[in-house]
Amino acid sequence: MIEAILLSVITAATPLLIAAMGELVAERSGVLNLGVEGMMVVGAVAAFAVAKETGSPYAGILAAALIGALMAALFAILTVWFVTNQVATGLALTLFGLGVAGMIGEAYVGFPGVSLGAVAIPVLSDLPIVGRVLFDQDPLFYFSILLTAGVAWFLFYSRAGLRLRAVGDRPEAAHALGLHVNRVRTLAVLFGGVCAGIAGAQLTLVYTPQWVENITAGRGWIALALVVFASWRPFRVLAGAYLFGAVTIAQFHVQAIGVNVPSQLLSALPYLATILVLVLIASNRRFTRVNTPAALGQPFVPDR
Amino acid sequence: MKRLATSLAVLLLAAGTAAAQDKTKACFIYVGPIGDFGWSYQHEQGRLQVEEELGDQVETAYLESVPEGADAERAIERFARSGCDIIFTTSFGYMDATNKVAGRFPDVKFEHATGYKREHPNVSTYNSKFYQGRYVIGQIAAEVSETGQAGYIASFPIPEVVRGINAFLLGARSVDPEFELKIVWVNSWFDPGREADAAKALLDQGVDILTQHTDSTAPMQVAAERGAHAFGQASDQIAFGPETQLTAIVDDWGPYYVERVKAVIDGTWEQSDTWHGFAEGNVAMAPFTNMPDEVAAKAQETVDAISSGALEPFTGPINKQDGTEWLADGQKAEDGELLGMNFYIEGIDGSLPQ
Repeated sequence: MIEAILLSVITAATPLLIAAMGELVAERSGVLNLGVEGMMVVGAVAAFAVAKETGSPYAGILAAALIGALMAALFAILTVWFVTNQVATGLALTLFGLGVAGMIGEAYVGFPGVSLGAVAIPVLSDLPIVGRVLFDQDPLFYFSILLTAGVAWFLFYSRAGLRLRAVGDRPEAAHALGLHVNRVRTLAVLFGGVCAGIAGAQLTLVYTPQWVENITAGRGWIALALVVFASWRPFRVLAGAYLFGAVTIAQFHVQAIGVNVPSQLLSALPYLATILVLVLIASNRRFTRVNTPAALGQPFVPDR
Repeated sequence: MKRLATSLAVLLLAAGTAAAQDKTKACFIYVGPIGDFGWSYQHEQGRLQVEEELGDQVETAYLESVPEGADAERAIERFARSGCDIIFTTSFGYMDATNKVAGRFPDVKFEHATGYKREHPNVSTYNSKFYQGRYVIGQIAAEVSETGQAGYIASFPIPEVVRGINAFLLGARSVDPEFELKIVWVNSWFDPGREADAAKALLDQGVDILTQHTDSTAPMQVAAERGAHAFGQASDQIAFGPETQLTAIVDDWGPYYVERVKAVIDGTWEQSDTWHGFAEGNVAMAPFTNMPDEVAAKAQETVDAISSGALEPFTGPINKQDGTEWLADGQKAEDGELLGMNFYIEGIDGSLPQ
């Protein structure tokens, strides 16, 4: 049973992790994209539709990544190059995404989808307990772990990552050093879009292989919260995503076992946990200042 | 975001009404998307039937995914302002909002599904006796289950849902007196992810049959993946589990909608409280599949018996959860009692969320 519970937790945590990792990179470059939910839901519908038409879930993932990037490009053009308000544009992107996804998805409502099967890693998957849980999973799970490690390495151990963080902390200084601030930001936002799209694909190919309107059900917002929750550190995002996934799954097990706790309280638990951690983080101001991208949400206009 | 979509839709509606004054306008408010393939989908089918049968005499409009709460009142009010002659509000949570708006628009007829408040003469309520279907699927569950346990994914602790849970257990225990029910509340009508998680949790804990009072097809898919069985909700969901669905309780609102809209056209509309079931065709069972023939035959017998009135699921002796007597031997529950049901019957573990 523990095995089964862990499997459910992983499925619940993976989309949050992927989406949050993309947003983390975008925010580290100084761009706050509140459109994660919108990019995710468009990715979800694209993945479902393409997988259904072609029969290949991998084609679906690719389509989700592309359309996520397309949505992000729209956002980048508006906020980075035309200097629109990032918060308003992000919200608009979410509304737009939900609407577009509903429209595209109308023809696909009510059909069972294509499921992305598990791919067992030889030898490792034969290990007791952890074998099945960690090494006999769908490819998007492996991707999410590699992504976390990759982003962590990129941000803190690579020259390009250093530049990206410089752009997010002191765009003027980065500009003076000859870095293309807006080009870096655009790429970071595009990366965020690709990740959000793939996170959406996980929902319609792994989590619940079907398309219904609003299938993301707020997961994009949770991913956004996770980035803050993790104080912009990749491995803390990983921990946060799994904590969130675990609490989400635990509430149902607690009920099914028959423990007498109000179910409404259990439903609120993941959010209570988020608030609690945010309070803890905020109470240590120095800690927050060290990790928060200093120029988060501020547009950069070289000429002014 | 829903708010914005709602307001835009209403504006468009308002613009469109000026041109069509002579037609009777029937408006519908849904709690989920019409593509949920469950509850709201079936109401939408009812609306389409109204359009089809009454043709040029009517004009219809709908708003989907209207949250139960402050938004609901605004959505209903805008419908009322935009020239709707009759407004169907199709979820329990619209009850107070419907009555409030009805007080302000005495000339508009209001029809509220699954509620019990009729505070103004222009408010009717209607409901279907889904619990009859729940009793039947409870029986089937007890026949088919190997573990003697079913999992019940519930939405909100309102009478309609509680009644369904009780009826399911009564049905199951009429076959297997030891049958156990595990209940998980997801506090949502429609959230495929949460419903899937709840389904997995229940299956992990040893149930081999799932039933739900939420609106998405996700639990059916989870059951299919795990090789368990499940019952469709509100609509025939066989496409999501060809080897999984045992049957589904299917809501058919069409006939009622046609009748009520027609009454508005003819000027014969009167306040009423309608509660129809198998007998009137408002509740039907999807084909009995993936079960032995004799189980299917027995289920059909139960349907017929309930339909003819020979069998009433809520017939005593039935005790409340705490063991106190609710219905004496042979005593039948009254409709009013069933409509306001807020307690578990004996045999259900766990406490009812309040």
